[in-house]
Amino acid sequence: MKKFISYFLILGFITLNYSCAKKEGCTDPASLNYDAEAEVNDGSCIYPKEGCTDPTSLNYDPNAQIDNGTCIYSNSSGAPTPYELEIPVLFAQNILPPVIPSDNPMTYQGVALGRKLFFDRILSGDGTQSCASCHNPQLAFAENSAFSIGIDGIQGTLSAMPLFNMAWNWDNKFFWDGRAAGIEEQALGPVVNPIEMHNTWQNAINSLQNHPDYPQLFNSAFETSVIDSSLVVKAIAQFERTLISSNSKFDKFLRGEVSLSPAEANGFNIFMDESRGDCFHCHGNANNPLWTDNAFHNNGLDATFTDNGLGDVTGNPNDNGKFKSPSLRNLAYTAPYMHDGRFATLEEVINHYSEGLVNSPTIDPLMKTVSAGGVNLSPSDKADLKAFLLSLSDDDFINNPDFQAP
Amino acid sequence: MKTQNLLLTALLISAFAFLPSCSKDDDNPTPVVTVPTSPAATSANLTFDFTHNFDGANVSSANFNQFDFITLNDDTLNLTKLRYLISDIRLFKSNGDSVLIDGYQLVDVTNNTGLTYSPTDDIPTGSYTGISFTFGFDSLDNTGNYADLNSTSWNWPAMIGGGYHFMQMEGKYKDMGSEIGYAYHMGTASPSSGVFEQNYFRADLGAINITGDATIEIKMNIAEWYKNPYTWDLNAMHSMLMPNYTAQKSMYQNGHSVFSLGTVVQ
Repeated sequence: MKKFISYFLILGFITLNYSCAKKEGCTDPASLNYDAEAEVNDGSCIYPKEGCTDPTSLNYDPNAQIDNGTCIYSNSSGAPTPYELEIPVLFAQNILPPVIPSDNPMTYQGVALGRKLFFDRILSGDGTQSCASCHNPQLAFAENSAFSIGIDGIQGTLSAMPLFNMAWNWDNKFFWDGRAAGIEEQALGPVVNPIEMHNTWQNAINSLQNHPDYPQLFNSAFETSVIDSSLVVKAIAQFERTLISSNSKFDKFLRGEVSLSPAEANGFNIFMDESRGDCFHCHGNANNPLWTDNAFHNNGLDATFTDNGLGDVTGNPNDNGKFKSPSLRNLAYTAPYMHDGRFATLEEVINHYSEGLVNSPTIDPLMKTVSAGGVNLSPSDKADLKAFLLSLSDDDFINNPDFQAP
Repeated sequence: MKTQNLLLTALLISAFAFLPSCSKDDDNPTPVVTVPTSPAATSANLTFDFTHNFDGANVSSANFNQFDFITLNDDTLNLTKLRYLISDIRLFKSNGDSVLIDGYQLVDVTNNTGLTYSPTDDIPTGSYTGISFTFGFDSLDNTGNYADLNSTSWNWPAMIGGGYHFMQMEGKYKDMGSEIGYAYHMGTASPSSGVFEQNYFRADLGAINITGDATIEIKMNIAEWYKNPYTWDLNAMHSMLMPNYTAQKSMYQNGHSVFSLGTVVQ
């Protein structure tokens, strides 16, 4: 009798599972990849792209199939053409406008020049490295090693930060330790840093000034062909401000386009629950699409510090051990994690907050239960939290043709 | 046809009759006097300065991180963060009318921002029997979506009522030689899963006579958050207080005596 009940239960379980297995795919008949058999929309729909299809325009989109009348052409006077940053809907609805410095207005010519400079090895001392050497578009403009290696083979001590949504950093403090006041200032550093591109600005400017194209490109962007470091970083900053990531699965969920899996939905609840993950205090929430507070915290990595982080910048020992909260967007591409790349996987990151916290005098009060090592999540909660975190990754961003080498 | 006209008229009248109930402060029975949009000779512009003390000792970001403060429960603590939200300043007249200054201010002591609030509304000069503000957002305001507050990650999780934090006060206290972090965060209270209870309160600051443009000091005595009427024991409640209903209602009770009117310069 017991055996019969067991068989019955197993059969019931299998039947239940079978009836729950709905085919996932694109369920929108208007898409290019509509799957008539799919019952659950998994967010994979691809639509004919609208944009400017005229190759002679400033904003020609080689991937656009439908011309939507947005083509922009050079001003006949030769003045650079203003570039309007396209604000994603969730950003426009929920957060403040981006920061565009009044002394560096964006133009099509400036953005195009910045893109060329970003991917050009001409800025390095021996012509072997560009910004993109350590900020790879396919890795959300980060790199897959803990530390970058400069042109002389010397390793740095801080991980290359991913680059996206930088225009929405209202405090305007950049890098892990907040050392740079603005994107322009941040871009000044690597070119002359002896363990990075190890050039001098004078040498970099000479190379650009003697190049067959750059003087004309600077003239188009800034109405002068006399190049200096200020104009170089202005152009790079203009390009970097266009690096907007806003199309992750979670963005699509917030826009009502897809559903979350049960694991992702539970993971989001853990993220927002002060008794469990409590991630939201530093990493935002559904009303803040940045997924970072862009502030500096000691998140309990070490008892003593080999790098004081923000403390070395402010000179205030109360800031020792504080580093910027990175955005949780695009984590799928940005391993290893933390300012020094000490964690190879997201599991290691979650385990750190769950059991691995280390006390120190400046540890953030939000790193609670440090005496117990952390919030002690269950294995299933850890798995669900990871599922949610991965839903913040934006495949369209890393593959955006506008963000690749020109 | 006549019946239709009558119906239409009745509908219009009832629509107008219900308009006043759309006022966003409908939980307050006091009639609201419309604030004049253009300043007249009898109107004044108010500026509010928020100052902070611990039982009389001045507190600013300059003395954060120092274990300078002792609570009624004998807990020695420091501050590493203090920011809070106030809204809807209101001035009361002796006849029961009141003047509302509609708006909100995030006071951020940590970053020295928002310490001065300068609403653009002018108010009639005169003698007021009371001035008050809402600590946090009332239930209606707390359903709004505010870009500036979202941008500073001020949101309160939906699972415990949603909306926004009213306050984040953080630091460390000493317990037998160790330093333990505390996060005194206030917002909507949740007595049980899916059940929410409003937790904002009206801070009454007493009578004020407005003779012209004025700068009004509003003082927060931080020590009051820990003593009146509930003697706060940080060992018992120091973190994970957002979903802790007892903690939230104790903050609500203690908050009523935290604010007072300081100097008024006009």
